[in-house]
Amino acid sequence: MSAAPQATALAEQPGPKVTELGMLSIGLVAAGVIYLAAYLPRRAPLAPAVVLLAAAVAVLAANVVLLARRPGFAWWRFTQVARWMLLAYLVVAGMLEFTFVYDHTRGAVLALMTLLLATFTLNVPLLAAYTVARFEGSRE
Amino acid sequence: MAVVEQEAPAGALGAPAARRPQVTIVPLRGLPIVGLVVVALVVSIAGNWPWALDFFHVAGGGAWTAVDLFMGFVIGPIMRTLSVPARIELTTRLMPKMLLIMPTLVTMTLAAGFQLARHNGMLSGSYGRHAWVVASMVVVAVMAMTALALLQPANIAVLFELRKPQPNPAIVQKLMRRFIYAAGVTGAMQVATLIIMTRLAT
Repeated sequence: MSAAPQATALAEQPGPKVTELGMLSIGLVAAGVIYLAAYLPRRAPLAPAVVLLAAAVAVLAANVVLLARRPGFAWWRFTQVARWMLLAYLVVAGMLEFTFVYDHTRGAVLALMTLLLATFTLNVPLLAAYTVARFEGSRE
Repeated sequence: MAVVEQEAPAGALGAPAARRPQVTIVPLRGLPIVGLVVVALVVSIAGNWPWALDFFHVAGGGAWTAVDLFMGFVIGPIMRTLSVPARIELTTRLMPKMLLIMPTLVTMTLAAGFQLARHNGMLSGSYGRHAWVVASMVVVAVMAMTALALLQPANIAVLFELRKPQPNPAIVQKLMRRFIYAAGVTGAMQVATLIIMTRLAT
């Protein structure tokens, strides 16, 4: 089988819903951040945000595990795209973290915001790299 | 919308690689400009300069909204009616630029907007239109989910596909369809943003 039909076949084969799970994880992160920001400058009760963070991390972890079990996946392309995307989104995350610290966010709220940001920052390269790699055939 | 989507004829992309335009994923020449914008944004936030924050938020937000509406409601429908080779030509020139422009505009708008809202007291629960501020965050969250999970990955994947010696027309079609529909969703969400932002500014 040549590379192009092989790539199409791989992309069409039933597999984990990586994009959908990634969207869910980003949505949970967004809900956590909106919840905390909606209370500013007062401190929000942290339990709902912790639950949202835990759910977002769990979905991200499940996504990674499901993807790792996908047969014939072009990991070489995945890592190539993921590392550059991660670099780009570390800059964005660094800026956001700077804003949190600069605005005197401290303690548990800062820790929660940082973890939510980290979950977001890992989801973005995962989604982009998966979309590119799923359409790759075997290594050229 | 009554737009007939053209199907890719078999082998439509089968032209030799030399005859197809050179595909760049990230236009490196644009990176210094992006770097400059990011540095200026950080300095503005650190200095808490109202004018600079206003500039980044209004200019970035205006450009972001305009680009999303234009992509979703003008370029998208046009692209669906183009022949596949014409789509490829447009894509190879447009998408790499979008890959730098959109994240820069989004970062400018959101970072400056958040800082401005804190500065003006709009983030505070006691602000009279606090519900509108929260609504704007929800709209941004929906746009972020669509852009980061569907639009941007499709943009990058189509460029990788077009760099191959023999791009697969079915994959290119599928990714471009996804890009166009995702651009339509973000365009529609931008209408909600316009309503919220004009409400907040009135």
